Amino acid sequence: MSKLYSGAEIVFKCMEDQNVDHIFGYPGGAVLPIYDELQNFKSIKHVLVRHEQGAGHAAEGYARSSGKPGVILVTSGPGATNVVTALTDAYMDSIPLVCISGQVPTHLIGTDAFQECDTTGITRPCTKHNWLVKDINDLANTIHKAFEVATTGRPGPVLVDIPKDIQFQKTKYNRPKKEKKLNGRSHNHFNQNSIDELIELMSKSSKPIFYTGGGVINSGPRASELLRELVYATGFPITSTLQGLGSFPGDDNQFLGMLGMHGTYEANNAMHDCDLMINIGARFDDRITGKIDEFSPNSKKVHIDIDPSSINKNVKVDLAIVGDVKTVLSSTLKSLKQKKSKFLKSNKQKTSKWWEKIQKWRSVRSLDYIGSEETIKPQYAIERLYELTKDKDSYITTEVGQHQMWAAQHYKFNKPNRWMTSGGLGTMGYGLPAAVGVQVAHPKKLVIDIAGEASVLMTIQEMSTAVQYNLPIKIFILNNQYMGMVRQWQELLHDKNYSESYTAALPDFVKLAEAYNCVGIRAKTPEELDDKIIEMLNTDRPVIFDCMVDKVENCFPMIPSGKPHNQMILGPKDQESKKITGKGKSLV
Amino acid sequence: MPNSKSAYSFSNKKEKFDTHIIVVWVDNEAGVLARVVGLFSGRGYNIESLAVAQVDEKLKISRITIVTTGTPQVVNQIKLQLRKLVPVHKVADFKREDKAVIFKEMALFKIVGPNNKLEGALKACKKYNPILLDKTKKSNVIQITALRREIDKMSKDLKKFGLVSVSRTGAVAMTRGADIFK
Repeated sequence: MSKLYSGAEIVFKCMEDQNVDHIFGYPGGAVLPIYDELQNFKSIKHVLVRHEQGAGHAAEGYARSSGKPGVILVTSGPGATNVVTALTDAYMDSIPLVCISGQVPTHLIGTDAFQECDTTGITRPCTKHNWLVKDINDLANTIHKAFEVATTGRPGPVLVDIPKDIQFQKTKYNRPKKEKKLNGRSHNHFNQNSIDELIELMSKSSKPIFYTGGGVINSGPRASELLRELVYATGFPITSTLQGLGSFPGDDNQFLGMLGMHGTYEANNAMHDCDLMINIGARFDDRITGKIDEFSPNSKKVHIDIDPSSINKNVKVDLAIVGDVKTVLSSTLKSLKQKKSKFLKSNKQKTSKWWEKIQKWRSVRSLDYIGSEETIKPQYAIERLYELTKDKDSYITTEVGQHQMWAAQHYKFNKPNRWMTSGGLGTMGYGLPAAVGVQVAHPKKLVIDIAGEASVLMTIQEMSTAVQYNLPIKIFILNNQYMGMVRQWQELLHDKNYSESYTAALPDFVKLAEAYNCVGIRAKTPEELDDKIIEMLNTDRPVIFDCMVDKVENCFPMIPSGKPHNQMILGPKDQESKKITGKGKSLV
Repeated sequence: MPNSKSAYSFSNKKEKFDTHIIVVWVDNEAGVLARVVGLFSGRGYNIESLAVAQVDEKLKISRITIVTTGTPQVVNQIKLQLRKLVPVHKVADFKREDKAVIFKEMALFKIVGPNNKLEGALKACKKYNPILLDKTKKSNVIQITALRREIDKMSKDLKKFGLVSVSRTGAVAMTRGADIFK
């Protein structure tokens, strides 16, 4: 007879077989049997967070930087509800997470027992799938299935809810089934005809553009290599969404910078004027398209995506290729080499006018700002941070707001999986715990959370986690004492009525750092900024860096509300002429 | 939303809404209906009627029939989103005008009144396969099977015969001929 294992043991047996080495969690009544077993599974290291939301974001940071699923362990009731924001965040940004939650014993379910909540009910809309395990014999298969669902197709979060009595019961353990070839369900639903059609469109186009997104990153490092190959082979310009940054080198001449609401002038104008748009792993999000009726009116649109429901959801496309980016790109490159081996040469002539136009847009230098010798401009702070860290293979996370956009604009990424930011949900408080997760996955690397002082306070308690595990994360706060993006919109859209966007009582971040037993550094002037950043980089402990920046700087360029791509506000000088009026105010 | 000035994407185009019957084959497991219905409510799709029951005891497959309205783009999204749900096996989509598909709903009418009215009610239902399920001196319960709009009409027409209560199912659908939906 084979050995019997308790439900709690099975949880860890499954994790071992799924090659889990770190889990992020917080104990509580309904998961105590699982925590009791933790010590018997030496290959699995538990990271104790300070709040379950932190566990979720840390797991996201871990997953995005490593390409492996992030694993969370929380208790029932408040443990589960606290992790909901992180699950929703991961769902929006397609991050693979497996969340194990405790539940009250099965005989108490539905009785409003202590720390009971309808966890599967609450998390149903924010997970790819979830399970309530009511039979010990289903447990192992369910957990294996959970890992499969989280990591295949378009990745996303899943949750397995395990009642406490199930954790005590015993049964045989089932190893994961040997992967049947693609399980009968392939994620590639395209054929050679579509690839041929794509190449035909490419060879006909005189104003092409690649528009790439997080799907390239999710498809693995090989997808980024293939993307580079394709972009160089075609000579086409390329722009990227917020989530796609890093899949193509940010300092390459063919890269037009990020597009969208705070994207560059050249990227957005090229999107508007192009005759062929090749969307690779992006989803025509509303922050990208601007006014949808006037979105890139004269282009043929190609959409490469693994998720069939992303096709024609927001924007109708002319050619849809449903498949994994890596596979589609490799087929495209193969065909391109066979059929049009001299593509680059023959195309140079054809796209030369297009490139001239792009250079003209580029010469506007839309990311420029007015410098200062007295106060630190936030853009300057990011620029200096980039210059001083660019040869270090650093990992950057962010919170949400102006600082996030400035980081996306001014920090140049050359590799995938180096940039972790909450795009879809826009979760303030994401960056600090995400940095914890990234540092856990990459203990020797430089991990920086570019933060705002308002966002970072939402999950500041995770500094304590960083200190406990000697994770030398660097929290680089652009402190303007305002919720900057809220303030900016109030200035531009609500007649400068700065309702509740100023934080009148902020902690002293240097003292706060000391209270957490990490290092606090403050920079007040542009003159001292470099030295302070170097001091931060030379500190082998967690650091909170309080960078006091200009309080009223706005983030430009910006597509104002209700405007298409080609009507951007460029900066303080341009602002007056394109005021946002009327109904737009209430609709942003 | 005429001439919207928002950065969120509003469309000014007024597109025609079509009625579609969506049939979904799902694993009959706890919460599966909530997943399907939650998808509709969460994404703002309409449900006009809903019928669900297990159709394969051995494989534990349930068949959900949903009548919905939407633009072609929305209906397409509904199908694609449904197919992403883990317990969903297959999704079929029929237009209400589709001649190759049979649509039926069932209704129960309770009529209370004198004999001549009860008979009048039964007569009025003649076209819709009426079955007298219960009869007393003062009342009838009549079952009919018909299309939605026919039942709508009967619910109105029977008022004059003493209709006091209506209970009806959602639509169910099946293709004509020997073929089945794969």
